[in-house]
Amino acid sequence: MTPEGWQALTAITSLVVAGITTALGAVGAAFGESRIGVAAMDAMARQPDESASITRNLFVSLAMVESTAIFCLVIGLILLFANPFVSG
Amino acid sequence: MNRIEIFQDPVAFNIGPVPVTQTMLTTIGVSLGLVVVAALMRTAIRTRPNGRLAAVAELTVDALDGLVVDVVGRRVPWLTVFSGSLFLFIATCNLSGQLPGVRPPTANLATTSALAIVVFVTVPAAGIVSRGPVGYFSHYLKPNPLLLPLHLISEVSRTFALSMRLFGNMMSGHLIVALLVALAGILVPMPLMALDLLIGLLQAYIFVLLSTVYVGAALRTATGEE
Repeated sequence: MTPEGWQALTAITSLVVAGITTALGAVGAAFGESRIGVAAMDAMARQPDESASITRNLFVSLAMVESTAIFCLVIGLILLFANPFVSG
Repeated sequence: MNRIEIFQDPVAFNIGPVPVTQTMLTTIGVSLGLVVVAALMRTAIRTRPNGRLAAVAELTVDALDGLVVDVVGRRVPWLTVFSGSLFLFIATCNLSGQLPGVRPPTANLATTSALAIVVFVTVPAAGIVSRGPVGYFSHYLKPNPLLLPLHLISEVSRTFALSMRLFGNMMSGHLIVALLVALAGILVPMPLMALDLLIGLLQAYIFVLLSTVYVGAALRTATGEE
């Protein structure tokens, strides 16, 4: 295969993999965050007095889980816009 | 496609051999603004204790103090100063991205890494100062010396996660607005910019909350409550 062909193949693969990475990262984080949200709502419904501290811990847990999705998004953006294997 | 920059930092001008980037300029501007506002508040508290500016200052300090008390369980004045400085700086940096032509400094991996490294250094420093080197480092061997590698990996990985979370959120928010402007038009990304306001404040809060939790955990192992 010619060098141009390899470049095109690398670019196409990067596009596909960027999409898959971002999508799977979003799905995983969405499932995890839904479980956190369910548990927090349940706890707040049972103990409304504790809702301040529950909310604080809720945000921390959401941020922790969300960071995996952000990692996937960053990898996807690197593949799209700052790919080291695609020249030009 | 080449004009979309994720990691590059446009150089504004050079001072001799040292390039001065836009991020550095924005960071210095944010710091100067915060220092000026803090100095104004300080004089306001001394001269007009019942004025509006003094009330804002008291509310800010009270909220930051409450955050530390909620996390650590007691008042730790230097931790309030540390967390408060981090929060005000990061929040102002995040919100500065809403100004036209300004890229938020926190959308640069160097800035967020520097902030995370500050936290990474502060955690063992706080632990060692509170209880001495032996007392602090012995918590790495608890509950079992076999877990030492995991403790060390978690120290590094949480620092990495701290910086990447802030960087990813701010960079992606800014990038989405830029893409929508390029694709759709002027007024279309307005809802997303409003969302950016929320996300900027939320991420600043989360960064500060997590770093306070980390430092507070080092202090707690020092006092033997855990």
